Amino acid sequence: MRGRRLKIAGVGIAIAGAVLAILLAIAHRPAIASIERPDPRSFDPAVVARGANLARIGNCVSCHQAEGGRPYAGGYPVTTPFGTIYGSNITPDPDTGIGHWSRAAFARAMREGIGRNGRHLYPAFPYTHYAGVTDGDVDALYAFLMTRPAVRATPPDNDLIPPLGFRPLLAGWKLLFFQPAPIRVDPSQSAEWNRGRYLGETLAHCSACHSPRGLLQQEQRGAEAYAGGWSGGWYAPPINARSPAVRTWTPQRLETYFRTGLSRDHAAAAGPMGPVTYNLARADPADVRALARYYAWWMRNAPAAKVDPPLPDRRALAERQHPAGARLYEGACATCHEPGAPMVVAGRPVLPLGTPLHEDNPRDTIQIILQGLRPPVQASGPYMPAYADALTDRQIAEIVGYLKVRHGSGSAWDDLEKEVAKAREEGR
Amino acid sequence: MIELNVNGGVARADVDPATPLLYVLRDDLGLHAAKFGCGLGQCGACTVLVDDRPVFACLLPVGAIGERAVTTVEGLGTTVEPGDVQRAFLQEQAGQCGYCIPGMIARAEALLRRTTTPTEEEMRAAMAPSLCRCGTHMRILRAVRRAAVARGGGIVDPAEPVA
Repeated sequence: MRGRRLKIAGVGIAIAGAVLAILLAIAHRPAIASIERPDPRSFDPAVVARGANLARIGNCVSCHQAEGGRPYAGGYPVTTPFGTIYGSNITPDPDTGIGHWSRAAFARAMREGIGRNGRHLYPAFPYTHYAGVTDGDVDALYAFLMTRPAVRATPPDNDLIPPLGFRPLLAGWKLLFFQPAPIRVDPSQSAEWNRGRYLGETLAHCSACHSPRGLLQQEQRGAEAYAGGWSGGWYAPPINARSPAVRTWTPQRLETYFRTGLSRDHAAAAGPMGPVTYNLARADPADVRALARYYAWWMRNAPAAKVDPPLPDRRALAERQHPAGARLYEGACATCHEPGAPMVVAGRPVLPLGTPLHEDNPRDTIQIILQGLRPPVQASGPYMPAYADALTDRQIAEIVGYLKVRHGSGSAWDDLEKEVAKAREEGR
Repeated sequence: MIELNVNGGVARADVDPATPLLYVLRDDLGLHAAKFGCGLGQCGACTVLVDDRPVFACLLPVGAIGERAVTTVEGLGTTVEPGDVQRAFLQEQAGQCGYCIPGMIARAEALLRRTTTPTEEEMRAAMAPSLCRCGTHMRILRAVRRAAVARGGGIVDPAEPVA
C-alpha cells in the first residue's frame, strides 16, 4: 500500500517535472549579446526627432518616470490585481538602463516582450500593442532613447503575488493572449484614418486603459474593444458606440481635447489621461489629428452622434431625493458650477455636459471631487480644488447622488459611500 | 443654530448650513485671520485646518463640519506668545503684504502635524495651493523649514534614511 502510494507520488513528481521542463523549454529565449553603449552622435538627428514624437504619442514617460524622478529612468508603480510592477529604466545607462542593448534587443523587447537577457516581460509593458510597430519606428524610438541622458537608477523590485514572480509562466500567458500581427491598411478608409489606426492600436495603446480586461488581465477585443476599463483608480470610459458623452465627439473636438486637455463640450482630461494629453499637446499635430479622426470613427455610432440630447436640469427632483447633497452642493460647488459662474465663463464644461455624470459607475465623478482637476496642458487656468480633506465619504456620496439625479443619465449609482471609500483607496 | 468646535472651544452661529465656513469665522465669530481672496478655492488665503487637514474655508459649507475640529491661526498662538510656526514666519520675515500668510501658516501647520520630517518636495507640494502675489515664496519656504526644525524635525533628503 505504502509502496504504491510512493510510486504514485513518484509518477506525479515525474509528470510535474516533465511539464515544468516542457514549460521552461517553451519559455526559453536566448540572451542577445550586450554591446558598448552607442555614441549618441552616431544617430541621425532627424531620426531622433521622429522618435521623440513617437515617444510622446506612446506616452512612454508615464510608466517610465517615477514621481519626482528623471524622465525614462523608471520606477513608476503600475498597480494590477496581482500586485505592483515598476516601470524599468530605459535611459542608456549601461548598468541600470538599456545602454548595453543593441537595436535588435530593443526591437525584440518592443515587439515580443522579451528583455535583452532573454527574460519574458510582464504585459504591463504593452508589447501586445507594440508588436505592430514598424521597423522604421522602432529604429526611431531606439535612436531617441539612446540619445537621452543616461540616468543611474534601479526601480524597486516588483511586488507580485506568488507564483507570478516566476517569469517563464509569462510564456503561457503569451500562448493564450499574444497573437502579434501587423496593422493592415484599410483601403476603404483615408490615409489619415489609417495613420490614426496605426498609432492608436500600436504606440498610443489607447485600448490598454479603455478596453475591459479579463481574469488574466488580457484585453477584451471584438465587441468589447474600447468598452471602458480601469486605470490608476480611475474609470476610462467607453470610446466605442457605448461612449456616454452627451455631445458628439467630432474629430475636431477630439483633436482640441487631445491638444489642450480640455473640451468645453465634454470634460477636462483627468487622472491618467492628464499626462496623455500633456504629451499629445507636444506631438506632431498631423499625428494627433489622425488619432482624433480614428477615435471619432470608433464613437460614430454612440448615442450622442445621432442626436445631441437636451440638457435637463432636474433640480427640484434632485433636491427632494438628496436634500443633504443639495445643501452641500450649494455651499461647496455652486459658486463655480452654476450657469454664469466664473469657471463656466472661463470655458470649463458645464456640469450637465461632463461625461463622468453619464458613466455607468460613479468612479470618475468621485475622483474629481476627491482629487480635484488641474487641466494638464493649460496649467495656468482656473482649476478644481480637491475636496478629499474637506468632505467626508458620506458628504461626497450625498453630493454625487444629487448631481447624478440633477444632471446625469444612464444607470443609477448605488452604495455611494462605499464607492467613495474605495475610490480613496485606489486613487493615487 | 450651528455648533462648531473652533480653536478648542465651542462656538455657535445662527446661519444657513450652506454658508461657507469662512464667512462664519469672520462675520459671526470675529476670527479675522483667514482671508477672503477669490472665493473659488484658487488662492488659498482662506485656508484653515479641519481635523488637522488644510481646507479652503471659502468652499466648505459650515453644515458639513459636524464634530470636526476647526483650527485657525488664532488657535496657534497670540501676538504676545506666537506659536512655533508663527514665530518661524516672523523670524524669517516671510510676510510682505501679509494677506496670504494666515493661509500659509495653516498649510504649514497641517504639513507639520502630518510629518515633522518632510522632504523638500513634499513641503513644496503641501504649500503649493496657497498663492503669494508679493513673491515671498523663498522666505515662506525658509520659515517652514525653520518651523520643522523647531518641532524637532527638519527637511530630509529622500535618499537618506531617517533615524
